[in-house]
Amino acid sequence: MSLLEEVELLRRVPLFADIEPAKLKLIAFTSERVTFDPDEYVFHQGDMGDAAYIIMEGDADVLIDGPGGARAVARVGRNEFIGEIAILCDVPRTASIRARSRVVTLRISKDLFFRLLTDFPKMSVTIMRVIAQRLENTTAQLRRVLAEAQLAEAEIAKAHSAEG
Amino acid sequence: MTDQPATIEQVSEPRLVEAAASTTIGPVPASQPMEKSIYGFILRHSLKDQLFVVGLTAVSLPFYYLSLDLPKTIVNAINGKGLRETIDGVHLTQTGYLSLLCAAFLALVFVNGGFKYWINVLKGRLGERMLRRLRFELYHRILRFPLLQFRRTSPGELIPMITSEVEPLGGFIGDAFALPAQQGGTLLTAIFFLFVQDPVLGAAAVALYPLQGYVIPKLQRKVNQLGKQRVRTIRTLADRVGESVGGIQEIHANDSARLQLADFAERLGRIYEIRFEIYQRKFFVKFLNNMINQLTPFFFYSIGGYLVIRGQLSFGSLVAVLSAYKDLAAPWKELLDFYQTKEDCRIKYEQVVEQFQPPGLIDRSLQLAEPDNVPHLGGEIAVSKLIYSEDDRAHILNGVTASLPFGPHIAIVGSGSSGKSEFAMLLARLLVPSAGRIMIGGQDLNQMPYAVTGRRIAYVAAAAGLFAASIRENLLFGLKHRPVVPPTYDAATAKRRHKMLVEARRAGNSDFDMQADWIDYGRAEIDDSAAMTRRLLEMVEFVGMEDDIYHLGLRGRLDVKRRAEAAEGFVAARKALAELLVEAGMAHLVERFEVDRYNTNLTFSDNLLFGTPVDDTFAPARLASNPYVLQVLDKVGLTDDLIRSGLKVAETMLELFADLAPGHEFFDQFSFIAYDELPDYRAILNRASAGIERLKAADRTRLIALPFRLIETRHRLGLIDDSLRRRIVEARQVFRDDLPEALRSKIEFFDPERYNEASSILENVLFGSIAFDAAQGSSRVQELVTQVLDRMDLCPVVSEVGLDYQVGSAGSRLTVTQRQKLAIARAVIKRPDLLILNEAVAALDPAAQQQILTALREHCQGMAMIVVLQRARFARHFDHVVVMEQGRLIEQGSFAELDHPESSMTQLIEAET
Repeated sequence: MSLLEEVELLRRVPLFADIEPAKLKLIAFTSERVTFDPDEYVFHQGDMGDAAYIIMEGDADVLIDGPGGARAVARVGRNEFIGEIAILCDVPRTASIRARSRVVTLRISKDLFFRLLTDFPKMSVTIMRVIAQRLENTTAQLRRVLAEAQLAEAEIAKAHSAEG
Repeated sequence: MTDQPATIEQVSEPRLVEAAASTTIGPVPASQPMEKSIYGFILRHSLKDQLFVVGLTAVSLPFYYLSLDLPKTIVNAINGKGLRETIDGVHLTQTGYLSLLCAAFLALVFVNGGFKYWINVLKGRLGERMLRRLRFELYHRILRFPLLQFRRTSPGELIPMITSEVEPLGGFIGDAFALPAQQGGTLLTAIFFLFVQDPVLGAAAVALYPLQGYVIPKLQRKVNQLGKQRVRTIRTLADRVGESVGGIQEIHANDSARLQLADFAERLGRIYEIRFEIYQRKFFVKFLNNMINQLTPFFFYSIGGYLVIRGQLSFGSLVAVLSAYKDLAAPWKELLDFYQTKEDCRIKYEQVVEQFQPPGLIDRSLQLAEPDNVPHLGGEIAVSKLIYSEDDRAHILNGVTASLPFGPHIAIVGSGSSGKSEFAMLLARLLVPSAGRIMIGGQDLNQMPYAVTGRRIAYVAAAAGLFAASIRENLLFGLKHRPVVPPTYDAATAKRRHKMLVEARRAGNSDFDMQADWIDYGRAEIDDSAAMTRRLLEMVEFVGMEDDIYHLGLRGRLDVKRRAEAAEGFVAARKALAELLVEAGMAHLVERFEVDRYNTNLTFSDNLLFGTPVDDTFAPARLASNPYVLQVLDKVGLTDDLIRSGLKVAETMLELFADLAPGHEFFDQFSFIAYDELPDYRAILNRASAGIERLKAADRTRLIALPFRLIETRHRLGLIDDSLRRRIVEARQVFRDDLPEALRSKIEFFDPERYNEASSILENVLFGSIAFDAAQGSSRVQELVTQVLDRMDLCPVVSEVGLDYQVGSAGSRLTVTQRQKLAIARAVIKRPDLLILNEAVAALDPAAQQQILTALREHCQGMAMIVVLQRARFARHFDHVVVMEQGRLIEQGSFAELDHPESSMTQLIEAET
């Protein structure tokens, strides 16, 4: 796959959607292509992050360590941007990523990522929007869970009073 | 060895001249101060040579006088018509007489020339020898400086003193007596000649000399003062450069470049003023001298002319006088120059020497004496009323009186200002007590020869120094005190070597042979160099550096001539690795070198060379301008394609990087074109639009250089297609087949069956390139490499190669931790009686500290050890604990004895947690 194809691919990643093609080419040229074999880990939960990845081919499991060992909680695939939280907030990886098939990624190192953010303010805004979107999703999810819990509580209370 | 007995004897009895060949301390002369004046130095070391040169000059003078006198006779002979001469009863015609005189003149020319040549050669040799002696003496003095002196004098000042400041002295020393003798003699001869011709004219010629003799030294005095200032300011300038180099991080980090530049400019300004003033004044002296010299002929023309007209002086005499006077000007000018040089050198010498006479210079006899047997140290360490202070820090040690057991491992603890570190340095004899004594086994430490203390005591500082040599050399540093096994030379080398030794002795230099084996195997209790290598590897493991050394070895080069067997082993390992990679399903991680296939993980140019450049000839940066490479490209018809690729690369680079700010880090990291070069390439692209065949050679070279750097899998520019790949492989073959004989040795081709000496061991075993896009490819493959090498028992060879790693200036190519570990290994290899560690492990992480201290405790059983600890809590692992506070020893005993709530040790430990 050549640089031009990578640029095409980058354009489909929401994070880079608003960035002009010439800059996308620079991003592609300055990042590394890294291939992972099936079952190989892209990174492990708890490690310090030094790079983010864009999946260009294949798909991978998102694993979270639980009391009973690692548990797959989601799946990521083509065009998805992963691992940016750890490099943005300097926190350890919040999850592990394990390749399900042969996974081809574009690896954007932490230095390069921040360089890009300073050079292309537009990208910061997009990142902000993506993250805000995610926050919104998470909040909505939380709201739903809370509402369900309330409902359940109310039903339990109703059942109690019915019994009483 | 036996066929050169005389030479061997010379070599095996090395000594330092004046330190005498003696093996006892007695006859070594005690330290002498350096001569205060340069003439003192010259007389003391070269009186005989100087006398010989002066004597020779004296012998040459009568011939010179004759050569002055002869022209007068010749002129008179030509002038006097019909004159006949009788010499020893032989009658000569005028022409015959003239021929005889001319023959004599010719002979005198040769004789005078011969003398001049001989004298100059002698002077040159004399000067060079004396310069060598002076430099040697100065350097030796640096080695004898007390440590404190290095706080007052920086290397930035010392280096120019030994190198450039004394340089002109060599030339002067050769001339010191010979030149005034020769030129003074010449001058006197000429004056004498003038007086013989005519006393009045003679008096006229020298009439102004008293005036010159009075005025010139007066003027020179001011020049001398300025000369002193010049030396001082230049020295601080040198020091300043040194400071800037040392503090370069601070300068960058604090944006202090402008301040530094201003400071430097100001210093240069001062030097400019001084130098220009010296020049003006020196020139004025010369100007004055010239003027006065020009005045004298006035007397000749007026008085001499008058006397000739009156018939009181022959015309021939006046001509001879005039020509003699012309000869007078030359030596006079030489003498004046000499006088100025002499003053200059006198000041230089005095100013250098005064820097090399610090108080507390280490005694030369103690430093160089070589006792018959070096006694072991033992018995109690008794310290009495030990006081140590430095210039501005009074009483760092404030009267320490104690006796320490010799044998049990001792920990010294205390706060940073307790004096514990200085105490350790005093025990290691690196510092000299201000008062009080340190006795070991009843002997005063500071009265022993250094041969004893330096070999029986090992010391490791908190920031240990390494030398710019291999790791092996650094580890063996503590075992090299004097040549042990003389080298074997063939007859011719032995002869040359002998000559060198004689010359060294004449200049008072050391005549120890650097080529000899200096390693004291006996003291390390080791038989030969093979066993020593094993020992070094053990020690490296002991300090926990085996992995580091192994990895350095993997990247190092094997000396195939010496280790042919190992080279074969690595070629076999290459095959085993290939199989293992397939077995482990990792074959795709390494793209092997195959002569008929393009390697996508190598640069374009490496694909063309398909080998390792041995020197600069085929170095990547110069490849595009290499005529042979261009010729090969032409032959396979690749040139135009490459230029077209180059244009595409340039276009891409311009597109990607053109609007980035100058100095953007992407230029260094990613761009093929530096920021400054962007406009050039833009211009080249413009010119190319008119057709690439019209590009100039320089443009073509620059364009070809661009695709040469492409690595297909890394840069992914999609510029290399199948046909290009095929033709590169073709070109690779042509490159090999056509390579002229003269270039054969410049490249080592990749050959699956042969070990490639120009590549590292790792590259040899891999015989391929690791795929750029494989996650953690490099570490995964290296694991397999190690597996293979381990299975084939080749790891020790790799580690041995690792020992040859060059550590760089002061060990700068190693980390602080690595340096510290090597320094500890170096100390232990010596097998000292007493090992002193002065916070030597503080740079290591706590776990490694604990580990290495435990290992040392175990390894050094039966050896006395004194360890200054940064953290008091480690004291619990030692036999004996000494607690210091404010320059005093306040308690000592076993850890158990001191382990109670009131003890200072407990307080120190508590303060740490």
